Amino acid sequence: MTRTTDVLVVGGGSTGCGIARDVAMRGVDVTLVEKGNLTHGTTGRMHGLLHSGGRYAVSDQASARECVEENFVLRDIATHCVEETGGLFVKRPEDTEAYFEEKLEGCRACDIPAEVLSAAEAREREPYLATDIDRAIAVPDAAIDPFRLCVANAAAAENYGGEVVTHAEVTDVLVEAGEVVGVEVRHGDGPRKASTDVGSTERITADHVVNATGAWAGQLGAMAGVDIEVRPSKGVMTVMNTRQVDTVVNRCQPKGDADIVVPHETACILGTTDEEVDDPEDYPEERWEVDLMVEELAELVPILREARTLRSFWGVRPLYEPPGTGTEDPTDITRDFFLLDHADRDGLPGMTSIVGGKLTTYRMMAEDIVDHVCGKLGVRAGCRTADEPLPGSEDVGDLHERMDEFGLRSPVSRRSAQRLGSRTETVLDTPGPNPTVCNCEAVTRAEVRDAIDDAGRDLNAVRLRTRAAMGTCQGGFCCHRLAAELEPDFTAEEARASLDELYQERWKGQRHALWGEQLSQAMLNHMLHATTMNRDGDPARLDGDVAFGEFDDGTGTPASEAAGESTVADGGPGAGTTGEGDGWR
Amino acid sequence: MAITSDVLVVGGGLAGITAALSTAREGADVRLVSHKQSTLQQASGLVDALGYVPPTDTGSDPGETPTAGRTGVRDRPDPEGPLADPFGAIDRLPVDHPYRLVGADALREGLELFDETVAGYRGAHTDRNALVPTFGGTVKPTARYPAATAAGLASDDRPMLVVGFRSLTEFDARQVAERLSAAGVPFPVTGAEVAFPAAFRDDAKITRFARALDLDEPVDGTPARRALADAVAPHLDAADGGAARVGFPAFLGDDAAPAVRAELADRLGVNVFEIPTGPPSLPGLRLADRLYEALDAAGVRYETGVPVVGRELADGGGDATGGHVDTLLVDRKGTRVPYAADAVVLATGGLVGKGIDSDRDGVYEPVLGCHVPHPAERYEWYVDDAFGDQPYARFGVRADERLRPLDADGEVQFPNVRVAGATLGGADVAREKSASGVSLATGLVAGREAAAEAAR
Repeated sequence: MTRTTDVLVVGGGSTGCGIARDVAMRGVDVTLVEKGNLTHGTTGRMHGLLHSGGRYAVSDQASARECVEENFVLRDIATHCVEETGGLFVKRPEDTEAYFEEKLEGCRACDIPAEVLSAAEAREREPYLATDIDRAIAVPDAAIDPFRLCVANAAAAENYGGEVVTHAEVTDVLVEAGEVVGVEVRHGDGPRKASTDVGSTERITADHVVNATGAWAGQLGAMAGVDIEVRPSKGVMTVMNTRQVDTVVNRCQPKGDADIVVPHETACILGTTDEEVDDPEDYPEERWEVDLMVEELAELVPILREARTLRSFWGVRPLYEPPGTGTEDPTDITRDFFLLDHADRDGLPGMTSIVGGKLTTYRMMAEDIVDHVCGKLGVRAGCRTADEPLPGSEDVGDLHERMDEFGLRSPVSRRSAQRLGSRTETVLDTPGPNPTVCNCEAVTRAEVRDAIDDAGRDLNAVRLRTRAAMGTCQGGFCCHRLAAELEPDFTAEEARASLDELYQERWKGQRHALWGEQLSQAMLNHMLHATTMNRDGDPARLDGDVAFGEFDDGTGTPASEAAGESTVADGGPGAGTTGEGDGWR
Repeated sequence: MAITSDVLVVGGGLAGITAALSTAREGADVRLVSHKQSTLQQASGLVDALGYVPPTDTGSDPGETPTAGRTGVRDRPDPEGPLADPFGAIDRLPVDHPYRLVGADALREGLELFDETVAGYRGAHTDRNALVPTFGGTVKPTARYPAATAAGLASDDRPMLVVGFRSLTEFDARQVAERLSAAGVPFPVTGAEVAFPAAFRDDAKITRFARALDLDEPVDGTPARRALADAVAPHLDAADGGAARVGFPAFLGDDAAPAVRAELADRLGVNVFEIPTGPPSLPGLRLADRLYEALDAAGVRYETGVPVVGRELADGGGDATGGHVDTLLVDRKGTRVPYAADAVVLATGGLVGKGIDSDRDGVYEPVLGCHVPHPAERYEWYVDDAFGDQPYARFGVRADERLRPLDADGEVQFPNVRVAGATLGGADVAREKSASGVSLATGLVAGREAAAEAAR
């Protein structure tokens, strides 16, 4: 099988999806391939901070300026993905005055709105800040939902005629006569209903290939025979059960692990560590990292020490530095992005890589690389991605007033509208009852079905689109409900496989939060899924047949069941201790 | 002045109530106090004894550093089971399992006590387990089942219809039916999704459906039970083989459940049964009601909503980590009231009921301070496979054959205390399908032992 496109983008993270949207909006044919579901790599594993730039205002002012510029662009074009929380850089007594002043001056030099707050003013905004803090700088940090952002970019690309193919892993980069001419992909257990056969391979030829695989860029480069020196660096993020803070809280110190708390929907995310790893897909997830988050950040927000954590997850930064830089400490590697033109750099035309960078500037990175690629292809159309809202962020008008029509209680409808933005009415306007499927995150059937239409039987992709199974029970009470929604589009066996994948994925993160309330929750989930549902002992999954005849078939129970017993107490003390003929049969 | 009794039972779940009934049967004077509503509302209402001997070798080792790339399931070995005979396999459980401490006879006697005191259950006519359909679309072995479940047994070969309701999300009946078939059940089974005749709010809980049926509320002028039967009836003939019995989510009434079931059976002309679902679980709530009725019938005094907040030992050593427990301090609306007893049964639950609790540094038993063995390293509390041999699942107090709690050196920590139910460690009740049986067997022994201790 072969297909042809003008531009082939490899990687379904924020950068790749942003590129696909930009290319498609310029009227150029584009196909994006991603080996997992969208956001499978780094984008789906970040703390969800929309940088104000304050973080880089001392160390890297070029990045800081880009951040603040893009921060304001995304508030406009991705309103349904952004929560305008504001942010604080908080100075503790042991943090230096000098750095605080440097931070403030840096913010001003980079045009980042910054306001100094006294300790009392800061605590007025965030009552749970430690009582002994000195003061703080308020900046326009915000929270962003990276899943929603990616999905919206992919949807926009498709609306403009692009194609997005997930669960399609690149197995080879096709090089002919010293030029990259496309890739070969293998189709995995594809989520889409009309997906190609699982395990089949396909050649996709393209005029230009864009490597937007982030921490995996070196691996793709190797397939084309070029070296790309990405230095993947892992970081932990710990999810708390509730919003202990409503503002992004940063520690005002030069650098360090465990220095940020980001409020996110119903939770808070603590971050992070910075450790170089060899393999972006397999690296140790260590206890000290989790303990450090809680201990260090409790210095800023003391209640975190006793609070309930739901899970921890790790992400891998796609850090890059030009050959020969040789930075020792990964925290010192630049957060800037680099466009690698392999024709210039390696004498291999037909492919460009984009490495480094951060989610906040994904759109700007995409604009840069698409300008570059369009230059190569002789396309004159300019970039419009900063001006046009993403799907879901179009004018929402008086949406909240119209929510009554959908018969949802207001907390549920408010959450739905927050996630769906301008798509709310389209998604919720469905026939039949629309009960809540995930109670923790207030996700209704209509939203789940909409996500299944888009993502297929991959319930982890449904989770990312809807937030279902991301709350305090970590899916214990809703994984199976989500799987039930796969009927009738998928077989019971497919639904069971999807359920197992989601349940094990949820378990993976909870292993790092197994004490107190969350250990209790884990045991409750275990009881529901193993005891009540018997998912672990399902005869359909075990070798060997069940001798049904050896079990109690009810013969010998009291006769009352046959006619359906008439009154209050069915049985009573002593009932059933003696056989009474044929029983209800 | 302390409130006194021969025996004080702490905990109002299946184990505590069984212990209280067992104590009372020995002629001792017994009181029961419990903190919160028991975890029965989260349970299926089925009384499992032993359904499987699960594998103890399951992939990863506890303490192996988790890695980003490792998935949970690696060639999970099959358990032994489902077991038709719950008693014969007890010897194949780990030596420190509660069943190994009290023996198969204690399980038999515990089930007998249950049969004699709790109304509305079936299965006592045989030593064999029954296989009942679960809402996960599997079958599971259980020793006693509510009468409401009886017509659903999987060893009965009559054709089955399972109905689900579009406004409930717990399961899809078509999926359940397809999976039951895959499990090899010896009867044709069909699933149908129907609309519940009454229009409730879209997120109405299962208890709302039950109330409508209890009261037979009119639905557009038609009583709810008749309306429900009318909605289901068209699917009976369409079922593969013509259905002789029909399974509903467990919402068929609460207080009037037998009458609701009987009327539906009568109108549909087939047997009607319930499939237990997750919390809030009506079969679990009904079992709790029957258990408290049994306490009333046995004349046991009980108080709920009263947590134990302290203990006093005989030698007056408030800091001592062990010894004879003289008095428990019970919080009654903010006042610490002393309860004195000759013997105490600790049946406060496990991790779910917070009878066993933990923090980042360790696992503990909060009421008396009983020793709870556990790895010092928190990352040894679990394995990668969610359904593997989870060390945490076996957390609890360890006890001798008389169910006296043991300290870190294996010595009796509190000589006049007996431990029962999920507070005891050593069992993986979820994978074994043994939770209720462990509560019954150890509740029986703990109650009897406590009575003997008090008589000493």
